[in-house]
Amino acid sequence: MISFENVTKSYRGSILALRECSVRVEKGEFVFIVGPSGSGKTTFIRLLLREETPDSGQIWLAGREVTQLAPWKVPYLRRNIGCVFQDFRLLPNKTVAENVSFALEVIGRPKHVVTTQVHQALDLVGLGKKQSRLPHELSGGEQQRVAVARAFVNRPLVLLADEPTGNLDPKTSLGIMRLLDRINRTGTTVMVATHDASMVDAMRRRVIELEHGELVRDQARGVYGYST
Amino acid sequence: MAVAEPYVPDPLGPARRFFRSPQSGPRLSGSLRSSLRDTNRAAWYAGGLFTALTVLAVAGPALAPHSPLVPAGAAFTPPGHGGFLLGSDSIGRDELSRVLYGIRTSWFSALGVIASGVLIGGLVGLLAGAAGGWLDEVLMRLTDAFLALPGPVLAIAVVAALGPSLLHTLVAVGIVWWPFYARIVRGEVRSLAARPHLEAARLSGASRWSLMTRHLLPGAAPAIVVTASLDVGNLILTLAGLSFLGLGSPAPAPELGAMAARNLSYLLQSWWVPIMPAIAIFMLAFLSNMTGDFLRDALRDT
Ligand SMILES: Nc1ncnc2c1ncn2[C@@H]1O[C@H](COP(=O)(O)OP(=O)(O)OP(=O)(O)O)[C@@H](O)[C@H]1O
Ligand SMILES: [Mg+2]
Repeated sequence: MISFENVTKSYRGSILALRECSVRVEKGEFVFIVGPSGSGKTTFIRLLLREETPDSGQIWLAGREVTQLAPWKVPYLRRNIGCVFQDFRLLPNKTVAENVSFALEVIGRPKHVVTTQVHQALDLVGLGKKQSRLPHELSGGEQQRVAVARAFVNRPLVLLADEPTGNLDPKTSLGIMRLLDRINRTGTTVMVATHDASMVDAMRRRVIELEHGELVRDQARGVYGYST
Repeated sequence: MAVAEPYVPDPLGPARRFFRSPQSGPRLSGSLRSSLRDTNRAAWYAGGLFTALTVLAVAGPALAPHSPLVPAGAAFTPPGHGGFLLGSDSIGRDELSRVLYGIRTSWFSALGVIASGVLIGGLVGLLAGAAGGWLDEVLMRLTDAFLALPGPVLAIAVVAALGPSLLHTLVAVGIVWWPFYARIVRGEVRSLAARPHLEAARLSGASRWSLMTRHLLPGAAPAIVVTASLDVGNLILTLAGLSFLGLGSPAPAPELGAMAARNLSYLLQSWWVPIMPAIAIFMLAFLSNMTGDFLRDALRDT
């Protein structure tokens, strides 16, 4: 599904963000990417989205070489990927439902498809009743649920989350993790970059650890730190 | 990514550069403008003025009592005498008819150059702003090169090479006019591209085409419309100036700038012959600047 082969990425030629990184993630997996600040987690995600291109190495997603994709095909790559960020990134002047439908409208989905898919996505995240609220009228956890709904509404193959619980308290964070787990059960591959040790420990899923851009651990049913 | 400064239209930019004059058009005074600030009303005024001017330009020839080219009475008849509302010129042609025809030429010439500027400049600016990278570099260097062309000199060169005709002058002006629009549109597009909804659309997989046509272009439209409308007055004055210098249609054609220039020697004995077309230019430029001001007020809050 996703495969990094000897991927090296540096910024401005000097700052090494990823070094000879090789990982395979199968379809339907749930993977945590952990590591100290600056270890290259966000870079990993941006490379998958083709927001950045690596210095060397190959990146495969769903049988396509991401780095070799023609620029005009990049939008089609991104339609297979849903994204969630630490700071939610909702559009402040649009309602919950509009925020979610925006993701479908901009890729030209017909109106009746938009209506039903938005409805389903909001039900999935448990916000069906708050669909006409504005983002500032929601709690942080609810805003992140909207962001998850927006990322998932197009049924992507992969859901990428960069510190999705970074701005949330532990209880709310657990709710978001459960939600990502539920999405994973629909067959969607989920990758979560996080600092949140308790979440990783609670979920007991595959853990990939980066340090200074190098892959130092890849453990099935792992925890945040090394355990004996 | 550096966030571009929001674009603030400089209504006199193009003409200022063209003739390097500090102020080139009659403008609506501040107090009158603030009393008409109400945006909805401003939109109606702008639309009404524009329509009125266009109707005048279209219907002018039908309203003209005489032919603009054939003498219809005694030469140098003062205004109000012998059936000549605005008097007659040195060979007895009706000033009113010539001015009406001249208004049509001025108005549509200005609109034509603006339209070509918006079209070419808009396309170049949109491509440069949306694509970024080397394409942006190439297009903007090209724009700079065209910006560096001296407008009047180019007009003289084109006319010298191809012969005097209004079309040649318009082409020459069009060549130096579009880069302003390219700059404006690129700036708008760059600042829009940094907005959250553009990022959201991009990450959702919106195609480049749909990003450009459905998000960037509509976002840049108000700035283009305001600049273009404020530009009409400048262009009318610029074209009148070129026509005054002899860079327009050849002799008998009723063109406002040329009419003022060729009859300047009669200023003391028969003032109306050069002054009537000059007043027409002034009114036309004044009213189009007013249209632009209203339009800017109307679009300010959007
Ligand atoms: N756009 C950029 N330009 C230059 N250097 C960058 C850029 N983005 C990231 N870096 C550098 O690359 C390295 C890896 O950064 P990255 O954002 O991937 O880390 P991270 O693991 O996501 O960190 P955090 O946990 O703090 O989010 C860091 O040293 C960072 O300073
Ligand atoms: Mg990060």
